[in-house]
Amino acid sequence: MSAPTAHRSEGQLRRALSALRHDPLALTGTAVLVLLVVVGVAGPWLAPAGINDVDVDRMLQPPSWAHPFGTDELGRDVLSRVMVAARVSLQVGAVSVGIALLAGVTLGLFAGYYRGWLDNLLMRCMDVLFAFPVLLLAVAIVAVLGPGLLTAMIAIGVVYTPIFARVTRAGVLSVREQVFVRAAVSIGASDLRIMRRHVLPNIAAPLIVQTSLSLAFAILSEAALSFLGLGVQPPAPAWGRMLYDGRGFVTDAWWLGVFPGAAIFLTVLAFNLVGDALRDVLDPRQLTVNEARRSTG
Amino acid sequence: MSDAAVLAVSDLTVTIGTRRGPARAVAGVDWSVRAGETLALVGESGSGKSMSVLAATGLAPRAARVTGSVRLLDADFTALPADRRRRMRGRHVGFVFQDPMTSLNPVLTVGRQVAEAGEEHLGLTRRASRARAVELLDLVGIPSAAQRVDAYPHQFSGGMRQRVVIAMALACEPDLLIADEPTTALDVTTQAQIVELVADLQRRLGTAVVWITHDLGVVAGIADTVAVMYAGRIVEQGPVDAVFGRPGHPYTSALLAARPDPGGGGGDLVTIAGAPPSPLALPAGCAFWPRCPVRSDARCEHELPPLVGVSPAHHVRTFYPQRTDGEGHEAS
Amino acid sequence: MKRRERENTQVTPAGGVPTQRGSADVVAELDDLRVWFPTSAGVVRAVDGVSLQVRRGETLGLVGESGSGKSTTGLALLRLVDPTTGSVRVAGQDVTGWSRRQLRALRRRVAMVFQDPQASLDPRRTVGSSIAEPLIVHRLVDGGAARRHRVEELLDMVGLRRDLADRHPHELSGGQRQRVGIARALAGEPDLIVLDEPIASLDLSVQAQIMNLLRRLQRELGLTYLFIAHDLAAVEHMSDRMAVMYLGRIVESGTPTQIWREPAHPYTAALLSAIPVADPKVERERRRVILRGDIPSPVDPPGGCRFRTRCPQARPDCAETDPAFVEVATGHRAACLYAGEAVRAMRVS
Repeated sequence: MSAPTAHRSEGQLRRALSALRHDPLALTGTAVLVLLVVVGVAGPWLAPAGINDVDVDRMLQPPSWAHPFGTDELGRDVLSRVMVAARVSLQVGAVSVGIALLAGVTLGLFAGYYRGWLDNLLMRCMDVLFAFPVLLLAVAIVAVLGPGLLTAMIAIGVVYTPIFARVTRAGVLSVREQVFVRAAVSIGASDLRIMRRHVLPNIAAPLIVQTSLSLAFAILSEAALSFLGLGVQPPAPAWGRMLYDGRGFVTDAWWLGVFPGAAIFLTVLAFNLVGDALRDVLDPRQLTVNEARRSTG
Repeated sequence: MSDAAVLAVSDLTVTIGTRRGPARAVAGVDWSVRAGETLALVGESGSGKSMSVLAATGLAPRAARVTGSVRLLDADFTALPADRRRRMRGRHVGFVFQDPMTSLNPVLTVGRQVAEAGEEHLGLTRRASRARAVELLDLVGIPSAAQRVDAYPHQFSGGMRQRVVIAMALACEPDLLIADEPTTALDVTTQAQIVELVADLQRRLGTAVVWITHDLGVVAGIADTVAVMYAGRIVEQGPVDAVFGRPGHPYTSALLAARPDPGGGGGDLVTIAGAPPSPLALPAGCAFWPRCPVRSDARCEHELPPLVGVSPAHHVRTFYPQRTDGEGHEAS
Repeated sequence: MKRRERENTQVTPAGGVPTQRGSADVVAELDDLRVWFPTSAGVVRAVDGVSLQVRRGETLGLVGESGSGKSTTGLALLRLVDPTTGSVRVAGQDVTGWSRRQLRALRRRVAMVFQDPQASLDPRRTVGSSIAEPLIVHRLVDGGAARRHRVEELLDMVGLRRDLADRHPHELSGGQRQRVGIARALAGEPDLIVLDEPIASLDLSVQAQIMNLLRRLQRELGLTYLFIAHDLAAVEHMSDRMAVMYLGRIVESGTPTQIWREPAHPYTAALLSAIPVADPKVERERRRVILRGDIPSPVDPPGGCRFRTRCPQARPDCAETDPAFVEVATGHRAACLYAGEAVRAMRVS
């Protein structure tokens, strides 16, 4: 991830949003995300049917007007379950990335600012976490803490902390060399003040991009965990769990697996599109007017 | 010294498309340089001095629209297709840019980089181009050139690196050397060395030189003719003695007065209030009007003054063509 | 605006001849300062034995080329770099060994103006917020309204419109940004302002404006400056006393007039002769002293006189003895075995 230059300001955000508006892929991604949030927040009320309405007579029905996504092996409406499961995915995604952000940025900030033994210690710990495949580590943590929504959030949060630490540290290393940080030191500002007011705002851009991309991966990880039965427990719906349940019916009742799978796919894709668009827009190589002026001199 | 111009630029205008609209970097500029002669383009940042040269040699950025005509060695350069222009430029024009650190490729030896130009445009063999590289490094004053030819750029100091860049620029024995702020990033003692080197090379090789700078002292030392630029236009142009001795435009006078004169009294310096206009919003009249200390003709505000000759070869952009000393008074 | 009284500024003035301008009250002092940086290529002796005093109310100019150590000297005065040996005294106190926490109080008394005004201002903060930072850090003003008022006062002082306080650095011109840097330096009412190449990145016409501004502020507020630059003409214009540095040492010091008219050290003479003059006739007729070769590596400075490898007047004993910094005239000193004599020989040859 490229480190930010010191040539940006609030105007950048406005330009970022305007650029996003003109990028069709980013717009699509944003639309999907908005839909996701709406469904996630208001799912239970929007859902046409109850998620636990078991009706053995209506089991394994293909998609129809009454049940646009069909029904599952217990007669439950798949559409409703997919919608309510969105909430789980959102929750896990938001909280776990929140944990990773908080922990990772703090660690990266101190490691990058102070360097020396602290930097070594913290980064080697991060390296240890990095060495494990994401899923394996998450599974291990859940195995220790017991399956469930909360432990899934913690596990994924821990697993994604190192990437935030690294991105933060890289940004801090470059920003702390800038003259305005030296100027703040020369004024007598305390280290904490410098980190809070000067360093953090100037590394916001790569962190924003990383957050967006990590949300995609977090949701994917949650799906994997619930597929393995380690996430939120049944009968609460979760996309990964629904995939798992649907795998025996691939030929007979394809709708059981396809719709939750498509939901996962679309959500991850949407976060990636938005993240990529943000990265393009927040790239330090964008010319400001002053730089254009200087180049004409 | 022939009378034909090596590079002649006529009515050159460069407009750059930016997110906030078109920026006119250069407007209607004419200048030329002859063999064995040095033309200095002077101005502050944003004056268009670099851009006019880049546009003239076909190196303007893609977002730039260039109009006007450029003749290089009597060929209509602007009419040539891109590939012919590249070859002609490579063969006949050498460039020296400001920052010696980024002008050189850090992973290639100095000898390789100097030899490259010879191989590309003169068709020399490896061995011949290497021998030529040693010759050139020696010519620009690099001690022990035969050993240093295999050294890397980071092993040289700033001044030596700039000499290497000059050697690269001279590799094809160009008719024209273009130096864009070549000594701005160097110490003043190193600058003196480089200025002396270029002058010496010009005497020996008869190269025409276009030297772009904001430092009037350097101009006084190396230029035969000067063109002073402001906000994309030439405001004064002529032989260096005339322009420095009897500046006709208030901007030129102001630039000359802004330098602290060591050994002079310690009084406050004469300054020009304000700053140059943005190329995105240039006024219809004289661009210097808001800052002009003279303002003797109300037409200047809305009408662009023409370039008029105040003496042979000395032109000033003004409405009052009687000989002035830059302060609106008739000189005696 | 009156300056507040300073307490605790008494210091025994070191052995030195009193000058015309500035009281004998020494605001800051360096004594045999050495700043050495270990690198993979060896130990870089950026500053290698510098002693100087800055007296209240004066401008001390420090001029040198790249590698001279002048910027590092300025940073050492603010304790932004750690001295290897030697001492740094500010406002009468020996701050050489102070910890970072102790130094924070010091930071109010010595302020810095940096070379690149764009880089020295946080691009994400408004200009007003940058100027207010010393006020917040040192708790100099109470409350947002009072702070705002003081920021506006400072903007007035440096000749900027008050409404610029809400702009961001990239919206200002280079000259305006440097004025902001100066306003920020003034905010804490420091005893000493160190200016490290304050005009080098600015356009010519703006350089003159800033120099005039600095002089006016000094007159009105009784400021003390350490003016560091490579531009000899600017340093000469601004300073009451000046020193020339080469390869980590001061090679000559005196008043600008002394240094301009009668340079005693060959390096100073070479520096003077290298300055281009904006007069074609003068340029054509002058004979320059062109120094041969490059500045030696600060990792391994030449033995004896450091300048001898490039000095056009080097004699055999220059390689054996490291010249002491001796007086050649009242208040005028140089570190050359043949001070004065060598320069005269250069001018004849």
